[in-house]
Amino acid sequence: MNTPVPGSQYKVIGTRPIRHDGMDKVTGKAKYGADVKFSKMLYGRVLRSPHAHARIVSIDTSEAESHPGVFAVITTSDMPDLVDKMADLGEGVVNMAHLGDNVLAREKVLYKGQAVAAVAASDVHVAAEAIAKIKVEYEPLPAVTWVLDAMREDAPLLHDNVFTDDMGKKSDKPSNVDKEIHFLKGDAEEGFAAADVVVEREFKTATVHQGYIEPHVATADWNEDGNLTVWTSTQGSFACRAQVAEILQIPISKVKVVPCEIGGGFGGKITVYLQPVAALLSKKSGRPVQLTMQRDEVFEGTGPTPGSFMRVKLGATKEGKLTAGEAWIAFDAGAFPGGPIGPACMCVFSCYDFEHAKVDGYNVVLNKPKTQAYRAPGSTHAALACETVLDELAEKLEIDPLELRLKNAATEGTRRVDGPVYPRIGCVEVLQAAQASDHWNSPLEGPNRGRGVALGFWFNCGLKSSASAHVNPDGTVTLTEGSTDIGGSRASIAMQLAETLGITAEEVHPQVVDTDSVGYTDVTGGSRVTFATGLAAYKVGLDIEGQMTSRAAELWDCSPENVRVESGVYSHNGDSLTFAELAEKLHATGEAVVGRATVAPDGATNGFGAHLVDVEVDPDTGKTTILRYTVIQDAGKAIHPSYVEGQMQGGAVQGIGWALNEEYFFDDQGQMKNASFLDYRIPTFLDVPMIDTIIVEVPNPDHPYGVRGVGETPIVPPPAAIAIAIHNAVGVRMTELPMSPPKLWKAISDQS
Amino acid sequence: MGGLTTLSGFEYVAPTDLTAAATALRDAGGRACVLAGGTDILVQLREGMRSADLVIDVKKIPELLQLEYAPDSGLCLGAATPCYQIYTTADVVNAYPALVDATRIIGGWQIQSRASVGGNLCNSSPAADSIPPLLVHQAVCHLAGPEGRRSIPVSDFCTAPGKNSLQPGELLATLTLPPQPANAGSAYQRFIPRNEMDIAVASAASWIELDDSRNAIKSARIALGAVAPTPVLAEEASQFLVGKAPTEENFSEAGVLARQVASPIDDMRGTVEFRVHLAGVLTQRTLALAHQRVQDS
Repeated sequence: MNTPVPGSQYKVIGTRPIRHDGMDKVTGKAKYGADVKFSKMLYGRVLRSPHAHARIVSIDTSEAESHPGVFAVITTSDMPDLVDKMADLGEGVVNMAHLGDNVLAREKVLYKGQAVAAVAASDVHVAAEAIAKIKVEYEPLPAVTWVLDAMREDAPLLHDNVFTDDMGKKSDKPSNVDKEIHFLKGDAEEGFAAADVVVEREFKTATVHQGYIEPHVATADWNEDGNLTVWTSTQGSFACRAQVAEILQIPISKVKVVPCEIGGGFGGKITVYLQPVAALLSKKSGRPVQLTMQRDEVFEGTGPTPGSFMRVKLGATKEGKLTAGEAWIAFDAGAFPGGPIGPACMCVFSCYDFEHAKVDGYNVVLNKPKTQAYRAPGSTHAALACETVLDELAEKLEIDPLELRLKNAATEGTRRVDGPVYPRIGCVEVLQAAQASDHWNSPLEGPNRGRGVALGFWFNCGLKSSASAHVNPDGTVTLTEGSTDIGGSRASIAMQLAETLGITAEEVHPQVVDTDSVGYTDVTGGSRVTFATGLAAYKVGLDIEGQMTSRAAELWDCSPENVRVESGVYSHNGDSLTFAELAEKLHATGEAVVGRATVAPDGATNGFGAHLVDVEVDPDTGKTTILRYTVIQDAGKAIHPSYVEGQMQGGAVQGIGWALNEEYFFDDQGQMKNASFLDYRIPTFLDVPMIDTIIVEVPNPDHPYGVRGVGETPIVPPPAAIAIAIHNAVGVRMTELPMSPPKLWKAISDQS
Repeated sequence: MGGLTTLSGFEYVAPTDLTAAATALRDAGGRACVLAGGTDILVQLREGMRSADLVIDVKKIPELLQLEYAPDSGLCLGAATPCYQIYTTADVVNAYPALVDATRIIGGWQIQSRASVGGNLCNSSPAADSIPPLLVHQAVCHLAGPEGRRSIPVSDFCTAPGKNSLQPGELLATLTLPPQPANAGSAYQRFIPRNEMDIAVASAASWIELDDSRNAIKSARIALGAVAPTPVLAEEASQFLVGKAPTEENFSEAGVLARQVASPIDDMRGTVEFRVHLAGVLTQRTLALAHQRVQDS
């Protein structure tokens, strides 16, 4: 058997074939959620709260219901009562009442943009007219949108049934702080006492959105027999199925979710918004119903990543050995409990090996949209704080910043502050590659220019994946999987199957199918798909190869153990058949060959990345121009290097936007003033240079091809690297995101 | 409110002469809007910021699509002439560089092939890119109404954000820009946080005329955008430069003086303090660029 060994010469892995879904995507034929069309389909619209915090006194839908062309109007009263219902949706137990309230508000609205009611009508314009005829009486309540304000004793309380969970202990009175996290390693006080230099700083970051280009969309068809089908843009068809079934309180087997092509998610398309609403409208109208969000609804009604307040302190000896670290982190969760405070606390010191650390985290509900995952959730915030403080230490110690990081880099055996001990990781190799890079070794000259370097970490997870494949008579293999393809994963999964079988990438036809057509598969998230679904594809390959070997043995009347398989050629005693030749004989000689596998690999695949950035600041306007940018990252093994590079570049660009301009801009009533791509400024092509990439390959010992996750790590270092570069350009330490022109100009002018 | 965007039905007419257009506009009694490139109007109609029962397309009226230039009479620009025609006409590029700067940065190529300077003016945004250049080039607005025609200086056109001195039934027909003297140059710049797809946080246009020795400023005009309810001329700063040498110090001093006419608001695009500061910076920079252009000519 051709069990591949990491480091060996691969035939398919590491090459750059054209992606299987490429032609449909570049010609516009690929079917996205909004391309779904059915005869008699209705179009819906959602009525949203104009208040950041208010009690719903009454809702009168009568005028909307009698509006010509309207087929159904729903409010929360059409939803099952979810009070006190808890459900495990694959990523821990969720309070269903909160999830349901976020889909359609019940008693209170907790943020501007929260859905309150919905209409299905003959066309979208009629639906919009009808929505305007729904009368909602609100009793406005005081709102709070800044995390430290929401933690105060006298802050408006959002929920009377949310109690602080302090490492498992519940508080006795309701609180906006839904969770506390406390990690301790060694004795921080002792560690700081041993330090020659200590740096401590406070940081603030604004709420930012994933900014996926495709808005949320869902089409539902609830049949008279009780079977519900949902076509949607989602990162996880099974996660969507579980949420829809729980919210609607129907058996999971009654729901089929068909994942469409997806125009970006970055963590924001895991939670359901429109899907249960479309389902209820379909049930009430008896027709398929499609709901699509406008951009302002995406900003105001879906989950961004938290705004934060952080304080980080690091101590080091004169020689540059870190002695202790302390972090105090408060994240806003948005309107309901949950959020990435846990990962933030785990990630803040995750790149370094030092003995004493203390981390305290607080998760706080307030009157903003419920936050959701965003690419390495929590780690970007944490890296801004830790890396900036570390850079200041390097400055004070007069040690090269890469040297300081190398002196303290986490390696195999390092224990993270939250407990886990690292297996083989590539942190040191990444730093060494940065040190050896052309970028680091090229001088940067000119006024108001500076270079920054920062390091970042993300866990990358495994979770569950299933796949199957069947061999076609022409020697190709059709691969069926359940991981919606956001970043080129069809190609990277198909390539792993091709490598395993000794056939070409083009000879594998991957397809992403609905929840009735493949075994359970977790979300496309956690940078897990190329690792875990790829592992499933590898095991499918072994299964097929075993069956093919048996069939060859039957043909040659020998024992399967005596059939030799090498690079897709089956041979025995002078006889030999290629995979395709053997495939052609399958039908005539017996049953079809179908391979299957389902996996739940343990542990993390730990990704480290270092980013180098050169900036030029215009001190008169506070505008920062990115002159040069290099991403260095450990991919374990890059299956399709182009898509690994694409992830590295995409993460960097999102991080640049977060660093420089992106923010939810609220007025004093908790109203977002910039819910459009005009004033919520993600970078355009003219705002970023070509992002250079250096792929480091330290194979992951827990994957047959050495794969590590790559998708999330690259968003972690950019804000820190840019803040450091700005400091080196104009001398100011920026500790608040975004480092937008008005803020940077103010900091520069206050300094001089 | 989020997600309620819709485009209500309206009647559409495309008259071929100005009188017919003006009559239709008057007869609709405030329920009509004029469509040139449509890059503002269509967005406003769709987003519910404006509603209309009648849309009057003026792109079939030849007078409104003209672009005539002669060195001794200056530029006559139809109100619906698209931006790209301005920056692709060599004589205009040489004579009115500030206007060319503006038309090159209004939207992308697709927008520039539809959007017009006249439409930009009639939309009357405080942040409109083409208005400060029109101000420093002393453009005159030629208006047509059911009762006939009248002309007003562009400095009298805008009255408040989104408001102007067009009377009911009146529409903008053409803009004329006087011929340029020798030794004159102009420039327009805006500040935006990104490098594209943005609206000016602050902007400035400067025009200077040097004497024959080119060692002294004979005349100057400075206009600011996005720092007041309408684009404004900075008279004191302009006057300060007359007779002065075209130096960085004097341009800087003019920038300081120009800030006095800035009365901006705080919003998601910038703070009052930042915008006032930018008004000075952009004044100085556009003066220097305008001067450079004279030197290069």
